[in-house]
Amino acid sequence: MLLHHFFDQTAMRLPAKTALVCGDQRHSYAELAERVDQAAAALQARGIMRGDRVALFMDNTAELVVNIFAALKAGAVFMPISPLTKQAKLHYLLNDSGASALITQTSLASTYRPALTHASLVHTVWHDGLPEGADDGLLGPDATLIDQDLACLIYTSGTTGEPKGVILSHLNMVSAARAVNSYLGLLESDVILCALPLAFSYGIYQVLMGFAVGATVVLERSFAFPVKVLEVMARERATVFPGVPTIFSALATLPTVIAQHDLSALRLITNAGAALPEALIGKVRGLFPQAQLLSMYGMTECKRVTYLPHDQLDVRPTSVGKGMPNQEVWLVDEAGQRLPPGSTGELVIRGSHVMRGYWGKPIETAQRLRPGPLPGETVLYSGDLFRTDAEGYLYFVSRKDDIIKSRGEKVSPREVENALYALEGVLEAAVVGVPDDLLGQAVKAFVVPKPGITLSEREVIKHCLGCLESFMAPKHVQFVDSLPTTDTGKIRKVELN
Amino acid sequence: MSTIKDQVRQYIVDNFIMGTEGAAFTDADSFLELHLVDSTGFLELIFFIEDTFGVKVSDEDMVPENLDSLNAIEAFVTRKKAA
Repeated sequence: MLLHHFFDQTAMRLPAKTALVCGDQRHSYAELAERVDQAAAALQARGIMRGDRVALFMDNTAELVVNIFAALKAGAVFMPISPLTKQAKLHYLLNDSGASALITQTSLASTYRPALTHASLVHTVWHDGLPEGADDGLLGPDATLIDQDLACLIYTSGTTGEPKGVILSHLNMVSAARAVNSYLGLLESDVILCALPLAFSYGIYQVLMGFAVGATVVLERSFAFPVKVLEVMARERATVFPGVPTIFSALATLPTVIAQHDLSALRLITNAGAALPEALIGKVRGLFPQAQLLSMYGMTECKRVTYLPHDQLDVRPTSVGKGMPNQEVWLVDEAGQRLPPGSTGELVIRGSHVMRGYWGKPIETAQRLRPGPLPGETVLYSGDLFRTDAEGYLYFVSRKDDIIKSRGEKVSPREVENALYALEGVLEAAVVGVPDDLLGQAVKAFVVPKPGITLSEREVIKHCLGCLESFMAPKHVQFVDSLPTTDTGKIRKVELN
Repeated sequence: MSTIKDQVRQYIVDNFIMGTEGAAFTDADSFLELHLVDSTGFLELIFFIEDTFGVKVSDEDMVPENLDSLNAIEAFVTRKKAA
C-alpha cells in the first residue's frame, strides 16, 4: 500500500463526491484526481524521478493538495514548507534537501526568488497551477515504487539550530494514518474543517485521512479570522474540527458569535500541538457540547503517539492519554532501562510509523533512533520526559534537551539566538522557554545591548519576525547588563527565566 | 493630517515589514495573501485601529472584508465613524 493509493481508491469509488472545498471553490474526487494525474505527468516530463524531492512552498490551497498527491504519484517525495518561512531558511531547506522542484505561488515571489539564486539543484519551478504547455501525455504512476520508498520530508527544529528533515516512508505514513483513524473513527459522511497549515503533519493528515475514508475536507487558509471560519463551519455543516490551544483560546472569546451559528453537525473536536489548559477544556466543552473532545500528543518523527479518550477528560484532564493502536510505548531511565508505571522517564516509541531518520544527518539520527528489541529494528527516543500514573496514562513533564515547544512547534533556542546576534546593537543573547498557559512554552529572549545602544522590545521582535517563522519570534524580551556564565564562559541558562 | 490608509500603512511597515521583503504593497493587497500580517498580528492591528481611530471593532466585524487590506480598513473605519 502506497500513501496515494488511499486517494486513488476513493476517487474510483466516489468520483462525484466533493473532496475539497477551498473558499467558494468545490472540487470533486474525480476532478482532483484528473488534476493530480496532469501534475504528476508534468513533473515526470520535467525529469522528476523516484525519490526526488519536490518542495511545496504554498498556502493552504487546492493546488497544494493536488501537488502533494502529484509528487507521490510521480514517485517523488513531497516536502511541504510553511509559507511563513523567510528567504534564508527557505534557501537552507532547498539546499539541504537537494530539492529538484519548487512549486509555489507568485505572492511569495519576494521570498522564493532570492532563495533560489543559490539553490543549484532546483531545476523546475512552477507557480499558480500547471506551467504553460504542461504535458498532457500521462506517463503513468511510477510502477517501481514500494512502501519502503520515501513519501515525505518535513523539517523540524534541531538543537544545533539547523533544521532537520524528518524522513517518512510510504509505510510510515500509511501506518500512522491507519492507526490514528482507528481511534478517531472518521466516516465517509464527515466534513472536516481544516484551518491548520498543511505544512505541518497535523494538517497534512487531515487531508490524507479524510480522503482515505471519502470524507469532504474544507480547507481554510488560516485561522486569522475566527469569525469567518465559524461561518464556513456552519455553512458546510462541518462534523470534525481539529485545532490547537491558540485556536481554541480564540474561539473561547467568541461565545456570542458561536451561539449565532448552527454548529449542530459538529461531532468531533481534536486538540494537538500542545496540551489544552484545564480551564480551556471546560470552555471548549461548554461552547460545543454536541462534540466529543480528544486530546492528543505526537511529533513529526512518528506523527502521533497518544490520545486521551473523551470519557477520560474529567478523570485525568492533564494527561495526554495512552499509546494509540499498533504501536508500543514505554519510559526509560538515563541508562535505557524500562521503567514501571508511576515513574518519570524518556518516552520511547516503537512501530511502523516511526521515521527512517533525519535527512543527511547520521549523528542526529543515531541519537533519536536506537536499536529496538528485534534484530535490525530501531525505536524512537522522543527526547520528551513523561510520567505515568498507576493505570499507565502519560503526563508530559519536559524536554530532555533545551528545545522549546511553543504553539506545538519545536523551537531551537540556537536558531533564535542566531537571529538575535544578526541584529545590530546586540552584544549577547540567550533564549529560553518560559511556561505559558496557551503556548505550552513561550519564547523568551535575554538580550545584552552593546554599550551606548538602546533597543526596544518591539524592535527586537520585529527583527526576529523578519528572519524567523512567527512562532519562533520571542514573545518576551528582557534587556540585561550581562548574562550569567559558568567558569568556562558558557551561558548558564538554568538561571534565566 | 495623514489619511487612514497612510497611518495604517505606516503602522504595518513599522511593526511587521522587514527590509525590502514585501515593502511595496498596494492599497488593495491582501495582508494575508502577502503574509504581511499573521493571526497574532491581526489582533495587534485591531487594537491599533481601535486606539487610533476611536472605533470599536466588535466580534462580528473581525472579518477580512473589513480588515484585510488598506482599502478595506479605510472603508470600515469611515463607515464606523459615520454610524
